[in-house]
Amino acid sequence: MSAAEEVVGEGHQAVEAVPKRAMTLGMGTSLVVLAALLIAPVFVKNFIIFQMTMLLIYGLAVLALNILTGGSGQFSLGQSAFYAVGAYTSAVLMEYFNVNYALTIPISATVCFGFGYLFGKPALRLSGVYLALATFALATAMPQLLKLNFLEHWTGGVQGLVVTKPDAPFGLPMSQDMWLYYFTLAVTLAIYIFSVNLLRSRSGRAFMAIRDNEIAASSMGVNVSLYKTLAFGVSAGITGVAGSLGAIAVQFVAPDSYTITLAISLFLGMVVGGVGWLPGSFVGAAFIIFVPNMAESISKGLSGAVFGVLLFLVIYLVPHGARQIAILGQQFVGKLRKN
Amino acid sequence: MELFTNQVLAGIATGAIYACMALAVVMIYQAIDHLNFAQGEMAMFSTFISWQLMQWGVSYWAAFIITLAFSFVAGIAIERILFKPLVKAPVLTNVAGFIALFAIINSSAGLIWDFTIKQYPTPFGSSPFLGSQLISTHQAGMIGVTVLLLLGLYFFFQYTRIGLAMRAAASVPESARLVGINTSWMIALGWGMATAIGSIAGMLIAPVVFLEPNMMGGVLIYGFAAAVLGGLTSPFGAVVGGFLVGVFENLAGTYIPGVGNELKLPIALALIISVLVVKPAGLFGRQIVKRV
Repeated sequence: MSAAEEVVGEGHQAVEAVPKRAMTLGMGTSLVVLAALLIAPVFVKNFIIFQMTMLLIYGLAVLALNILTGGSGQFSLGQSAFYAVGAYTSAVLMEYFNVNYALTIPISATVCFGFGYLFGKPALRLSGVYLALATFALATAMPQLLKLNFLEHWTGGVQGLVVTKPDAPFGLPMSQDMWLYYFTLAVTLAIYIFSVNLLRSRSGRAFMAIRDNEIAASSMGVNVSLYKTLAFGVSAGITGVAGSLGAIAVQFVAPDSYTITLAISLFLGMVVGGVGWLPGSFVGAAFIIFVPNMAESISKGLSGAVFGVLLFLVIYLVPHGARQIAILGQQFVGKLRKN
Repeated sequence: MELFTNQVLAGIATGAIYACMALAVVMIYQAIDHLNFAQGEMAMFSTFISWQLMQWGVSYWAAFIITLAFSFVAGIAIERILFKPLVKAPVLTNVAGFIALFAIINSSAGLIWDFTIKQYPTPFGSSPFLGSQLISTHQAGMIGVTVLLLLGLYFFFQYTRIGLAMRAAASVPESARLVGINTSWMIALGWGMATAIGSIAGMLIAPVVFLEPNMMGGVLIYGFAAAVLGGLTSPFGAVVGGFLVGVFENLAGTYIPGVGNELKLPIALALIISVLVVKPAGLFGRQIVKRV
């Protein structure tokens, strides 16, 4: 098959172009959603509050992948590794150095940013399937690396580490779960606003230019390698924050919680939420948290099959994810206003 | 030195498994331009079908042929029913579809045949091959079948009209359509062939790793790695890649201290990535020329 030199024309991109205005929700809708998130915990049980916390945390992790894939067009199956690094950074700092939990979050963000940035350097030469394989290698290596003997003193090896759950500060009359929820919500909100503004900024436009056409972007003066590694760094940093919050919420870190399965879930969350649509990340997070449980309650033995079928239904009905529903909703509202 | 040759031989023996799988991966990549994550599970399911047939008293070769035919038809059916509607959907949505298919097949096989490990017969016997303790006749047979498959595929793609049509449909779909090739059916045909090759791989691998619903997890990863290493556009490269990965992995496990069994996979992957950084299209892959 050495014959036939192939010429691949343009228009064959891994990620479709999403205009930057379409990447976020409108102001009004955002405020309504925020209000709902603020009030909800008052009315529900602690377990549901915990699940909502996890939803925000996974939402952040999916958001991070969305910036990388939807924003800069690079694909990663290695997000679970960054998540693990974040979780372990927090856990080790809290348990061995008695650092306040809130302070560990910027630290793990910085550590993960550095890690992601450095990983992005060699990954520069790879794209598409090859990048997927490289990040996949990272994801499979991470649990094994955490179990290594000379790290065992810090990481607790296979057993992992137990993390103490923080109490509400200033004597606020709140359960631990509720405090942690509001804390997570505040962090999520800050990162969400940061991400929206990042994608609107000069750097965000550079990401999207690279996603849409690397050669054109570089001829317009965009420093392709800088922005590609930067996207990796930012994505890893945000995933690290999610990992830290996850460790604090679950109160436990162990190597086997951060396998490739986690990375695949995050990827599915991104697809279901809509690639390149930031609010969709949280819809996708809801999908990866609740649908497996739902599938299990429908049929224990066939839970995997039920999950697969549900996933197929979603991608048939809305191949572009939750974004598609949002666009349809918007058009519908627009029509109502005209009449 | 003897340790070295022994490890290389053992590597070649496991490499044959990866080569088989990599060949199936490349086949489907040629036809549909995606990596199919459910490929291993499809092969596993086919292998279970053949096992079931043998349990019912069908002879090995009859079961082999029936499974091959079944897999070919099933592959086409999966493409027509599940993936044809997704042709226009974004690439990443297709990948999600593969993951869904993976979950469905894995869980159904677990329900039908449960998760206990089953013995699987081999047609080649398992006595030492040419007096070597490391390669059994089964593994030698496996290498032989892989090479035969490769030759068969080479002639199919190079010298038959339909092979030519499939190549055309995969590389330039628009122009292929203009000269009257039914590209949509070429994709279905690619799925059928890939599934059939996958089922052969499954039936050859099963005697070594034993039959169970999760038997393909590790093998598929190595298969992908081998395919990427050899170059996703080249079936020959995939087979060579498979053997290289097998040898790599064994030597790393033996000579790098502290690697052991757990770190074998990450090390093998890391080596592959270093190769890719130098040769981004894989060892034997065609450099894809981009039009600006």
